Amino acid sequence: MQVDEALVRHIARLARMKIEGAQVAGLEQELTAIFGWVEQLNDIDTAGVEPMTGVAGLKMRPRADAVTDGDCAETVVKNAPLSEDNFFVVPKVIE
Amino acid sequence: MSVLTQLTIAQARDGLDKKDFTSAELASAHFDAIEAANPSLNAYLLMTREQALSMAAASDARLAKGKGGALEGIPLGIKDLFATKGVRTTACSHILDGFIPAYESTVTQNLWNAGAVMLGKLNMDEFAMGSSNETSYYRPCVSPWRREGDDAKLAPGGSSGGSASAVAARLAMGATASDTGGSIRQPAAFTGTVGIKPTYGRCSRYGMVAFASSLDQAGPITRTVRDAAIMLREMCGHDAKDATSANIAVPDFEKALGKKLKGLKVGIPKEYRVDGMSPEIDALWEKGIAWFKAAGATISHVSLPHTHAALPAYYIVAPAEASSNLARYDGVRYGLRVNGSDIVDMYERTRAEGFGTEVRRRILIGTYVLSAGYYDAYYLKAQKVRSLIKRDFDQAFESVDVMLTPTTPTPAFALGTKSANPLEMYLNDIFTVTVNMAGLPGLSVPAGFSADGLPLGLQIIGKPFDEETVLRAGQVIEDAVGPCRAPQAWWTETPKAAAAKAPAKTKAAKPAKSSKKRVDDG
Repeated sequence: MQVDEALVRHIARLARMKIEGAQVAGLEQELTAIFGWVEQLNDIDTAGVEPMTGVAGLKMRPRADAVTDGDCAETVVKNAPLSEDNFFVVPKVIE
Repeated sequence: MSVLTQLTIAQARDGLDKKDFTSAELASAHFDAIEAANPSLNAYLLMTREQALSMAAASDARLAKGKGGALEGIPLGIKDLFATKGVRTTACSHILDGFIPAYESTVTQNLWNAGAVMLGKLNMDEFAMGSSNETSYYRPCVSPWRREGDDAKLAPGGSSGGSASAVAARLAMGATASDTGGSIRQPAAFTGTVGIKPTYGRCSRYGMVAFASSLDQAGPITRTVRDAAIMLREMCGHDAKDATSANIAVPDFEKALGKKLKGLKVGIPKEYRVDGMSPEIDALWEKGIAWFKAAGATISHVSLPHTHAALPAYYIVAPAEASSNLARYDGVRYGLRVNGSDIVDMYERTRAEGFGTEVRRRILIGTYVLSAGYYDAYYLKAQKVRSLIKRDFDQAFESVDVMLTPTTPTPAFALGTKSANPLEMYLNDIFTVTVNMAGLPGLSVPAGFSADGLPLGLQIIGKPFDEETVLRAGQVIEDAVGPCRAPQAWWTETPKAAAAKAPAKTKAAKPAKSSKKRVDDG
């Protein structure tokens, strides 16, 4: 598979990562090489094989539907780059 | 160098019991060693001296009352991937700048409950993505090992490079580590230490910075198999805070080491004899087989036909899960924020600046394979291949108890020699990644040296939740060669002494650049 500039920019947009002009060419090459390498999986017959969903065959048990924590808004926002009155502050998203 | 730092965990435990020394003395001896070595090795990002001394004092008080836990007073290093309450945790990423967790990871809490003492936080590849510790935002950690007659800086392996380097250099008696594709076992092999990745689900992932959730598993790096057994037991256990944590009793792994080995069935997977494997590694593998025969084990050849598919499948599954896990770093709730013209611009600038090259690359791979229309072709296909890899192991384990393989295809390489080519770096994990894909326990044990004096490791792979047999088998290797010797402490030599000792063809060692500015006393 050939990864071109448009695809690199598309993926970067989906990943919410700004890509500088100089990085694009390098990424085209690297991603082309990596996707080319993983394409060898197409040679493996997986017809009728279930995808692996767990490694040990253990059942996940639901825990009790109970409040076990909370009332600690101050702690929650403590690491925020910007907060006010225990709210996270972000740039305006609606006009 | 203080003799106290040379002790194994088991020896220190006995010495503390007999009051030969105190936990405070053990901790202080380690801080002296760290101060001498860290400017050269860059293993510790942060030392928690005050916290360590107060933990050690509490341990000494409990020991005086005869109420010590299984790791009472033992000084350990903690990989920066584990959230430690009140102590900066960054997973060596710029994007987690200044993050101070308000909670403790379950694995580290288990260690503190057993009486262990925290020395500080250890270097690693950014978000555990790397095999050389070179993707760390805090500069690479350096291996304490050097090739004979050569002062080139070698990679300690990765991602748990700081853990492996610190334990090998006697800067910690043991360290926590984590393994997604080989990140415990490969650095252990490179540094002459013992590293075990237990069965997926043995250790709680609560409070571990997530990389690939279906593969990530914590484990210890230590200097002996017995120490690995002691430390692993305390790290494991069911935890309601991790839905994938296994509700299975944790056996006394140390006790299992004493059990008889005669009649153990050891499998040799033929697909692990790959092109490009160093002849030394091949010879080491043959020696390993001979040791098991001498110990009364029966050897048989087994086949794992999908081995070659594990690495490409891993490079779909791991980046896919990483792109999803790392979506949380958006400049809003913690860590770095780079302002932009609007909120999306802020996200994009923050993530571009906050993530390093390898992490960005993997996020892009993962984003693509999970994007609309491609899920079936990539992620679903890789998860089906994973079932086939697991099935290979299940079938092989019908006739053998454990498997013996090399841990890595080559000895440690010099820093800077593989970082330009991601695919070449990925091949380091060729023998370890299958184990993560199948969720099995895997152990690396030092088994000898390369011709130029670098440690080499052999790997034992076991059945799910059968770490007891894995450790017992690992003990066979250690009994045959003895625990790996300490690397020569070149970092304590004065430049003049090093110059006098260095062969004429190599230049005198330059004084190591100080890494003090990156090391905070936390």
